[in-house]
Amino acid sequence: MSDAVEVRDLTRRFGDFVAVDHVTFDVREGEIFGFLGPNGAGKTTTIKMLTGLLAPTSGEGRIAGLDVRRDAARIRRRIGYMSQRFSLYADLTVDENIDLFAGLYGVRGDRLAARRRWVVEMAGLAGRERQLTGELPLGFKQRLALGCAVLHQPPVLFLDEPTSGVDPAARRSFWELINSLSAAGTTVLLSTHYIEEAEYCNRLALMNRGRLVALDTPPRLRALLEEPILEVRVDDAPRAVEALAGAPGVLEASMFGRTVHVLVSDAAGARASIPALLEARGLRVGAIAPVRASLEDVFVALVRRAGGAVEG
Amino acid sequence: MDAVRLLAIARKEWIQLRRDVRSMVLAFALPVALLLFFGYAITWDVHDIRIAVLDQDASRQSRELVEALEASGYFHVTQRLSGYGDVDARLARGEVRGVLVVPPGFARDLAAGRDAAVQLLVDGGDANTATIAVSYAEAIVAGYSRGVVLQGRRIEIPARAEARVWYNPRLESRWMIVPGLIAVIMSVIAAMLTALTIAREWERGTMEQLAATPVGRLEVVLGKLVPYLGIGLFDVAMATLAGTLVFGVPLRGGILLLGVLSLLFLLGALGLGIFISAALRSQVLAMQVSMVATYLPAILLSGFLFDIAGMPAPLRLVTRIIPARYFVAVTRGIFLKGVGLEVLWPQAVSMIVFAAVGLALATRSFRKEIA
Repeated sequence: MSDAVEVRDLTRRFGDFVAVDHVTFDVREGEIFGFLGPNGAGKTTTIKMLTGLLAPTSGEGRIAGLDVRRDAARIRRRIGYMSQRFSLYADLTVDENIDLFAGLYGVRGDRLAARRRWVVEMAGLAGRERQLTGELPLGFKQRLALGCAVLHQPPVLFLDEPTSGVDPAARRSFWELINSLSAAGTTVLLSTHYIEEAEYCNRLALMNRGRLVALDTPPRLRALLEEPILEVRVDDAPRAVEALAGAPGVLEASMFGRTVHVLVSDAAGARASIPALLEARGLRVGAIAPVRASLEDVFVALVRRAGGAVEG
Repeated sequence: MDAVRLLAIARKEWIQLRRDVRSMVLAFALPVALLLFFGYAITWDVHDIRIAVLDQDASRQSRELVEALEASGYFHVTQRLSGYGDVDARLARGEVRGVLVVPPGFARDLAAGRDAAVQLLVDGGDANTATIAVSYAEAIVAGYSRGVVLQGRRIEIPARAEARVWYNPRLESRWMIVPGLIAVIMSVIAAMLTALTIAREWERGTMEQLAATPVGRLEVVLGKLVPYLGIGLFDVAMATLAGTLVFGVPLRGGILLLGVLSLLFLLGALGLGIFISAALRSQVLAMQVSMVATYLPAILLSGFLFDIAGMPAPLRLVTRIIPARYFVAVTRGIFLKGVGLEVLWPQAVSMIVFAAVGLALATRSFRKEIA
């Protein structure tokens, strides 16, 4: 298996701000490769450099062996791209959008007819081909946008937060599509800030403040965290995090929804000491139970360990 | 350059245009509406000047003189006064533009072969109309009788100046206005049509999607130009029809030449709109800037209203970069003089330069880097 995407020390500055800082990774053919991180972590900037929308300040990137600086025009024929914002033409019908992208990607004749059928069926838009795209529900629009982005059957597909704003059901069916594209050999690079979505990726790049914090499969990322994690139910999670930070035996405390996840060196000792510590501050403590490390826990721990702060 | 991609953009642009009411009005209704509106509103000819008459002589001759004024079509007697006291008030309130005073003894002086003076008091607030009114009145009074003197100015046997005016023998100002107006309107409409097109793509986020496809900058710019070029030429044709049929302006030159030179002009003007749109990335801003950037220069500096030869030297220099200037010369030349490229070639060359600059600016400004 060769590498579909090779990235070496890719960097982009905007003035003094380093949006992407010496990022290096490879993506194998047919892999689903995810970027996970908060807003401003550099996910979108990385994708834009690889799709030729932004020039890198320094470093190298290759897509299917083509250099992102020199061969941007040729790369654009071999990739599909779906931007963060829904970006089909709302005032064109479903068919007219397909026609436009077919023209731009040079798909025509019998191949276009076959691809059109595939897109319409995949997006669940049979019978709605003449409807204005702007009138479709968001989930349908996003599937149509994906269909238009892969109309020319590109070997590499870039999706920038493809499921933001759609409901969980639509997100699940969108992922079935991504999986089937990947099974058919398409390499998929996507960014997300949904942790549960990140679990579906074959490999995951954790990004924070422009840097690559860790890169591995989701199970192995979780295994990076050897210390146990306790989930603490408490009435005021932000104050609890404040109280626990720096307490003896506590390595890390962070918000997790309305609960607090505490990374500890000794689970049994901490379970005994935490309630007293919190109740002394006037907080009411509910259940405390060990939980499996989530990717978010890993993320927070790795970022702290690297001496950084999580933003966003 | 790939024709398939270019056409894909052109077709998409045409469909979007068809579904956008604002653009459709701008493209098809506004040019002819503006032509009709300005064609009727702007005129340097003076008709039906409202005047009052203070006839202190009340003779057959004085009545004949007033009738002669009315019969000319230039004056319309709306009031008859009985004393000088009313004159100032009527003029001040703008009820009339002038008052003709026929003094007592007018008929007697005329019969005796003496100078018979009448007085025309004119509202000088509108100096232009006042001058024209006085000269019309002088001519009419002189025509009535050589013995009648207006405003104390004695008119001897009128010396006939053998003046002949070419191209526009009746000196109809509309003939001068309508061809120039077509050029002015098309400058404004063309830039406004394309001002929206790229900014809209930025605002809606579709530019990012386009930029990630293999389509090139020149393909996008030309693809977007194609439908608007068609509309622009259609507008010129409609304006030409309206100018000749409604306003009776002659079209003496070649239609083909008019079409080709219009095409050249539109390329530059539409390119300018795309440049503004791409540089500003906001539909509202681009619309306003393209209005200001085209409308005022086209009206003031194109030679449409003010003769360029009469401008101070620095301003004359500025007019050289106003594309409407060349198009005004072209439409007037083709409509009124019936001249061809042998005369209009400098304008044609300037318009080719303008088109090249417009397209280059449009393509350059359309950066594909998307932060």
